[in-house]
Amino acid sequence: MLTVLALMSVALLGIVPEQTEAIVIYTGWERHALVGSDIRLACSFFSWRWTSEDVTFSWTYRPDGSRDSISIFHYTGGAAYVDNKGPFMDRLEFVGNPSRRDGSILIKNLEFSDNGTFTCDAKNPPDIVGRPSSVRLLVFEKVPIQAGVITGAIIGVVLGLLILIVAIYYLMRFLVARRVFSINVSKHGKKKKEGSQQKQGPVPPAEPSKVKAAAPEKKKQESRKDKK
Amino acid sequence: MLLLLLGIVLLHIVALVLLLVSTIVSVWTSNDTGTSDLWYNCSTATGGHHCNPASTGEWIQAVQALMILSIIFSVLSLVLFFCQLFTLQKGGRFFLTGTFQILASLFVMSGAIIYTVMSPEWVPKDDTYGYSYILAWVAFPLALISGLIYVILRKRE
Repeated sequence: MLTVLALMSVALLGIVPEQTEAIVIYTGWERHALVGSDIRLACSFFSWRWTSEDVTFSWTYRPDGSRDSISIFHYTGGAAYVDNKGPFMDRLEFVGNPSRRDGSILIKNLEFSDNGTFTCDAKNPPDIVGRPSSVRLLVFEKVPIQAGVITGAIIGVVLGLLILIVAIYYLMRFLVARRVFSINVSKHGKKKKEGSQQKQGPVPPAEPSKVKAAAPEKKKQESRKDKK
Repeated sequence: MLLLLLGIVLLHIVALVLLLVSTIVSVWTSNDTGTSDLWYNCSTATGGHHCNPASTGEWIQAVQALMILSIIFSVLSLVLFFCQLFTLQKGGRFFLTGTFQILASLFVMSGAIIYTVMSPEWVPKDDTYGYSYILAWVAFPLALISGLIYVILRKRE
């Protein structure tokens, strides 16, 4: 019984690490850029093993609407090889740091024909099983406003103004009721505009007639005070 | 008295429903192969029904925002009407309710006007206006009349 258990545990220890040893590659999902600008396409990976000296990065490019990929970058044995014949001739630069698992490339002076899918494949021997990851590049003439930005902005501003007006209205009513402000000048010359501490407890019912709040709500305010 | 109340509420609800239908269903322009509206351009041209999100232009987003705002204000005005029905003193006027409803109608009008002016940029010339567009234009006077009734109305008993 014990021997069976021991054998099973050894077998598990042998199997499980191998299943977790798949290299996972990360790039972005989509990148937007203006024509004529530069863009840095990032690629990094996760691996259970230490970064080996034989780590390799390779980038391939598939134009929009085409089914063929062309290889544009390869890093191996400590040296980077950039595209010197294809569409990115003289425009590609390696800006990654392989010892830090970073295989990013920089494409300069973008053109409309650069629209397409870029695939990064990294290998970290002996950890070589993994799926390449792709990032889609979209080149714009001018960066479009995202859908919904202006919509949200207009709705937010109007509702915000509404809430602000309501808040100011209630604040003024509160301040007037507490006798901090007295907006109206009555015949008795009670014109005070002070931060006074005239807290007279419950407001006497005769007073509200001397206080003029904003016109539409005047009757409601008086009626509420009368009901009290 | 109760009949009048019901009639007013019914008018308000009709305007609100028209606004909702116009914004959501949104068949603002239509032609042989498809419809286009505030949110999607749908066409049955290439076999099957395809819908793409509408262009991200600035003006169509403004129209979207104005329609949504008009719905919000109309709903708020309905809620305020019921609030004011119970809290307003006798003889008082439903100013707040009327203001919100009139604002809602103004928003619908602005949205429809902007859409009318800018639509040649978005849709081909031979498109006809769909029923949602007409509903928006119908909702505008209904909401305006409803708001004016609220302003004129006085609360009794």
